[in-house]
Amino acid sequence: MSYIPHTKKQTEQMLETIGASSIEELFSDIGPSLRPKSFNIPSGISESQIVCYMNELASKNTIDLKSFLGAGFYDHYIPAAVDALANRSEFYTAYTPYQPECSQGWLQAIYEYQTAICQLTGLDAANASLYDGGTAIYEAAMMAIRVTGRNKIIMDSGLNMIYRTMLYTYTSNLNIEFVETPVVHGQSCREEIYKHLDDKTAAVIVQNPNFFGAVDNHSDIVDKAHSFGALAIMSVYPVSLGLLQSPGEMGVDIATGEGQSLGIPLSFGGPYLGFMACKQSLVRKMPGRIVGATVDKDGKRGFVLTLQAREQHIRRERATSNICSNEALCALRASIYLSLLGKAGISELAKLNYDKAEYAKDCLGKIPGVQVKRSSPTFNEFTILINKNADVVVEKMIDKGFAPGFPLGRFYKGMNNYLLVAVTEKKTKNDIDQFAHALEKVL
Amino acid sequence: MKLIYEKSVISRKGFKLPQPDVPRRGSIDSKYARRQAPCLPEVSELDVVRHYTNLSRMNFSVDNNFYPLGSCTMKYNPKFAEKIAGMEGFSDLHPLMPQLLGGGRLSQGALEVIYNTEKLLCEITGMEAFTMQPLAGAHGELTGIMLIAAYHKSKGRRRKHVIVPDSSHGTNPASAAIAGYDVVVVKTDKAGCMDMEKFKDALNEDTAAVMLTCPNTLGIFNTRIKEITDLAHSVDALVYYDGANLNAIMGKCRPGDIGFDVVHLNLHKTFATPHGGGGPGAGPVGVSESLVEFLPISRVMKRPAGALYLDYNNSKSIGYIAPFYGNFGVILKAYAYILFLGREGLIEASEYAVLNANYCLARLREYYDVSYDRRCMHECVLSAQRQAKKGVRALDIAKYLIDQGFHPPTIYFPLIVKEAMMIEPTETESKETLDEFIDAMIAAAGLAQADPQRLMDAPLTMPIKRLDETKAARDLDLCWKPDFIKTS
Repeated sequence: MSYIPHTKKQTEQMLETIGASSIEELFSDIGPSLRPKSFNIPSGISESQIVCYMNELASKNTIDLKSFLGAGFYDHYIPAAVDALANRSEFYTAYTPYQPECSQGWLQAIYEYQTAICQLTGLDAANASLYDGGTAIYEAAMMAIRVTGRNKIIMDSGLNMIYRTMLYTYTSNLNIEFVETPVVHGQSCREEIYKHLDDKTAAVIVQNPNFFGAVDNHSDIVDKAHSFGALAIMSVYPVSLGLLQSPGEMGVDIATGEGQSLGIPLSFGGPYLGFMACKQSLVRKMPGRIVGATVDKDGKRGFVLTLQAREQHIRRERATSNICSNEALCALRASIYLSLLGKAGISELAKLNYDKAEYAKDCLGKIPGVQVKRSSPTFNEFTILINKNADVVVEKMIDKGFAPGFPLGRFYKGMNNYLLVAVTEKKTKNDIDQFAHALEKVL
Repeated sequence: MKLIYEKSVISRKGFKLPQPDVPRRGSIDSKYARRQAPCLPEVSELDVVRHYTNLSRMNFSVDNNFYPLGSCTMKYNPKFAEKIAGMEGFSDLHPLMPQLLGGGRLSQGALEVIYNTEKLLCEITGMEAFTMQPLAGAHGELTGIMLIAAYHKSKGRRRKHVIVPDSSHGTNPASAAIAGYDVVVVKTDKAGCMDMEKFKDALNEDTAAVMLTCPNTLGIFNTRIKEITDLAHSVDALVYYDGANLNAIMGKCRPGDIGFDVVHLNLHKTFATPHGGGGPGAGPVGVSESLVEFLPISRVMKRPAGALYLDYNNSKSIGYIAPFYGNFGVILKAYAYILFLGREGLIEASEYAVLNANYCLARLREYYDVSYDRRCMHECVLSAQRQAKKGVRALDIAKYLIDQGFHPPTIYFPLIVKEAMMIEPTETESKETLDEFIDAMIAAAGLAQADPQRLMDAPLTMPIKRLDETKAARDLDLCWKPDFIKTS
């Protein structure tokens, strides 16, 4: 059984209709010299055997550590209703809504998702989503290059190192100049950014809160970028926007981010959700699918994929991007999550994360050998300097049942004794106290 | 149906957060604080549940409807795979865990999933190695083209263009272009394959790669495929296999054996992971031996003693193309599917996919035009040109099919067939379902002659009728706006 419903008799009837004597005859275009040299795949096994085997594999992964690991990917609670609704097969087994009449549910859900992203980011228009936060930054950079006709990008090194590296990979065959500017006391270094800003600059890219968890107000950088005709791009952590100034409020042109924190499981790195929003004036240059409202023949409101003339299936090599999908199911989860949280909930959630992290800072700061970096405000993640190599401390803490954070030395030179600690609403006071206690013992 | 935002009532709540158990702080310095709260819906949990349940019912889906959607392989998505992806040991695992010292041993199960799936895909395609990182088919294409660029760069040269046939998916030229290549398009010949003479004219020392779909988007397997890969290799151009149509050839032919250098697969097509209303999918990329050293960072490797680890030490790698190890949840489902089908099941899947497509073609060829009238592989392309003489377009037939409960075939693609209707039934559909669909197609052909208006008015059974797409693009309305914004 391999999900093939044909009876032997039906197969014969079908072959007769086709006028072929066997199924193999249908493959006659594939001549003998083109046949496989091997096809050494094990024989199929049953569903119950596979579930059993997968349970075994799953149990080789440890998920019961008390985790203070974030670094751009966060362990927030996911309400049961998110799973219950997004796991409806009328959603997950549907195709891209190219045929709007039989896809109104999906199209409306994406329109609502776009609304949620606009509301969070304070910008005018959002697309139907991109692969992840990293590719979203790349798409934003390319969009800025298209809009301005320039080819220089200034990026703050507070932008996730992986995302910066991804940008280099994607543009390695293009003629694009990158300048990386340092983070000083947790903040984007204005002096360095302004030094490099010129009339060749397509965009300045910043992240808020930055990779170190530090919060900034980038309005001045945005204004300065605009004075040179460059765009401002900001990568944001969506949950923080319940508390922190939005990209729109700072005048940012394009906001992107990783939407995993909005009701999407960590799932070992994906699938995740890249979101993108921009000012109205840039909409027609935005990559990716976009849903718009319109009316039907009777004047009734309905939703369609719109501005498709930007996309690869129409424009081919002149498309704004090669993207041919969106992370619809993840976008749906985010939209359901944000609908459940609601206007008050997102602010309360953000404040709760902030309060817990502040408490953790106080606890950890009291430990001899730990210095909490306080030069900038933070949201729910912060940097500590410890008197030992962070990698080694991490290993010892894992043995004690904690994932204590991300050792910054992995991404940043000279930061071998720094640890990036994240605290979400899932951590109780007791968890934080125990964490501090364990860390004190390890140091 | 109202938007969730239009159901909002001031101060209604849908979720309870934990009671704060740590001291409350004052707010963050006003310099950093948000000035205006985001206008998210204020609704109850039941409001949300009803809203999204009702929205879900306004969709066609594989679980409700037959989707003969060419080049998209909308086969049945097994339920047990969803159950596996939801196992906490997978879904709750932080992607940075194996990058922590001592964390690798705590994520061996997940690394094993990636490692084993890679090995299976290598055997299915005949490639030397895979990166599981690309997050979608088009993402795989871009990755593949960057690998090809790295190959040429390592030989100290900069090739200028990528050749694609005019029947190719739009993503092929788009991916080549954004990677920095010019695109050279070769026309299709009368047999439905890339014109060999024109191909030879286009191929030269400036060619970086040739991108092919095989069988192509007309559902035709090019019998001269080996000649193409040999010709490309004669000028050291590489050959790229767009795996969108792999469902036609499993166990019958492997891209690696016939000279393809780079392959992307769409796990959401061939390997039955759900399309999710447009994503997430996964587009792993396989390569021949000469390209392994350029694969993205990181790779899952095995130590002699059996432990798996992530290898970051590869100076020739193109670098990071995704933050982690790909769409792990999707890879997991594909792995489960391959284990379930096994060798015989995979071969059977391709066999019955091809049988079903040929059956549709055999029964429909007298009612519709067929530009390339021959047997097909897993999909067939019809044309509504005959019906167009009565003013009925492929679009009208598509909309009529919606009223009959069928998702329409892919229409107006490939671009080289006028009024194209591209039918890919997949192997999981029964003869009964195919017959019902074929009968509806025949009825549509009849109506095109007898009562064309009936087709042009369709659909009539959906929540809405045909939409004004011109207005959507002209008077852009991309999100709901609160009243205070609308009035100001």
